[in-house]
Amino acid sequence: MGIIDIRGLRKSYITRDRGYGPKSNGGAPRAAKARRGQVVVEAVKGIDLTVEQGEIFGFLGPNGAGKSTTLKMLATLLAPDGGSVHIAGFDVVAQPNEVRRRIGFVSQAGGTDREATGRENLTLQGRLYGLSAKEVAARIESLVVSLDLERILDRLGRTYSGGERRKLDLALGMVHSPAVLFLDEPTTGLDPVSRSQLWNQIRLLRAGGTTVFITTHYLDEADNLCDRIAIIDKGRIVAEGAPHELKGRVAGDVVSLSLNHVEDALAKAKELLQPEEFVREAIIDQDHLKLTVEKGEAALPAILRLLEGSGIGVVSIALSRPSLDDVFLHVTGHSLTEAERIAASPLGKWGGARS
Amino acid sequence: MKFLADLWVLFKRNIRASLRNKVWLFIGLFQPILYLLLFAPLLKGLANVPGFPQGGPYTVFTPGLLVMVAIFSTAYVGFGLVSEIRYGVVERMMVTPTRRLALLLGYVLRDIVVLLLQSLIVIAIAIPLGLTVNLLGLLATLGMMVLTGALMASFSYALALRVKDESSLASVLNLLSAPLLLLSGITLPLTLAPAVIRAIALANPFAYEVTGARSLFVGNFDNSAILIGIAYLALLAGLSFLWAARSFRRGTA
Repeated sequence: MGIIDIRGLRKSYITRDRGYGPKSNGGAPRAAKARRGQVVVEAVKGIDLTVEQGEIFGFLGPNGAGKSTTLKMLATLLAPDGGSVHIAGFDVVAQPNEVRRRIGFVSQAGGTDREATGRENLTLQGRLYGLSAKEVAARIESLVVSLDLERILDRLGRTYSGGERRKLDLALGMVHSPAVLFLDEPTTGLDPVSRSQLWNQIRLLRAGGTTVFITTHYLDEADNLCDRIAIIDKGRIVAEGAPHELKGRVAGDVVSLSLNHVEDALAKAKELLQPEEFVREAIIDQDHLKLTVEKGEAALPAILRLLEGSGIGVVSIALSRPSLDDVFLHVTGHSLTEAERIAASPLGKWGGARS
Repeated sequence: MKFLADLWVLFKRNIRASLRNKVWLFIGLFQPILYLLLFAPLLKGLANVPGFPQGGPYTVFTPGLLVMVAIFSTAYVGFGLVSEIRYGVVERMMVTPTRRLALLLGYVLRDIVVLLLQSLIVIAIAIPLGLTVNLLGLLATLGMMVLTGALMASFSYALALRVKDESSLASVLNLLSAPLLLLSGITLPLTLAPAVIRAIALANPFAYEVTGARSLFVGNFDNSAILIGIAYLALLAGLSFLWAARSFRRGTA
């Protein structure tokens, strides 16, 4: 059993049928409790997942895929319709306070009170978690060092920059030293510098043994930061594993060759390489030969050896790996960037404050 | 006990936020003060009209004005909650092991304290203008105002948690405020009103409160409106608080 254990988790919303836009439930039967003029939107349709202690786990998917809904259920803020969630062995529905003591949660909106100083924000949060005034003060001292809060500690929240606010949001989620930290879209709206700082802070947390569960719709964030990811689309998990494993599942790497301009060099090279066992596909794309191979690193020397042996001169050779977007495309049939574009259109998305 | 400790921490935090925004405290007082200075003098000419309650214009008008302060300074507290929900502050508190009831009570108690502060300022201004008041009657009136504040603040929070945006909240509150004001006898005593309006006003708890408070101010504790008003307000405050508590338990999602 992992530190987070999710079995068959489900959640539906009842919303008003506004008579426009695509139906998100795709003609699912109306639940008994829904009245006329209402539609049931199945936000989460049965999720199974195990997260191990000390990993950075990423929940990757487009806006509206069910990421935040799932996260709220994990963080005891939303009651599931079905299934179970255990965190550190405690049931989120039956033992919410045991769970709350062990988790930190930073929502997309953050949580920094604009009308209070950083210290007041942290003190309140610490006291609500049951720390004594002394313990809170000591904890703030250590957070000031680890998150570099010196400059914002005694200023009002409304004077913070976006990056500063995110830092305090993170500190608020960590004030009680939780075993598991949930971060909902932590870097949305951050500038590149603040973003990489936040990544580093998350890695430091992992180094200290904290399990970090983040949601993101950024491919590079899932790829670079997370030890393991689950791809979620339309309320279901469609793939799960380490980013490199997932990319390995997509049909191979692409080797792109440009050859010495000798007559028929491309055609000859294609003829020569196509029968090889490691080549899945060979296509002449204008003045390049593109090979789809299983393992790019292993294929490169073999390709070079074969071409050299037949006297075909290689001008350049490039190896490109499939991206997580290729994985997303492979498992869902549409690309993440495309799904994002649809979700961002005015009819494709409802509600949700993003600040 | 963790509940009381949390409540104290939350109450202090809310009070600090209110006192930091002193401007709002005084904006809330601006209207009542205008009524005292620009409306109450108009009642002087009515003092001899049959049906006008005993006491001078300020003694008759100030109790009504206090009820108005009680209703309207607390009716709009939901706006603060909407903005705290938007910034994730409420969610961040709900993810701690604190009880939802402590969160709600921390807000409502703050609103009651702010209301009492505002009432005392109104009274302090009214006394030099000609208000005379029975001290015991004033205490009983403040008690009714605490109930009114609890009622309206809880109602406002429950509504805020339901609609979650300022414009819907404003429409509902505006819809309710005019009839409540007109049918409570705050500006002019209902004893001057035709029988039909008086009959409709029988359903309005604030009408009993205003009549009761006027009676208490001149030291008349016999008026049945006092007890009816207190019982009616206590019942509604209880119901409204239960609604708000239920909304808080359900969370902000």
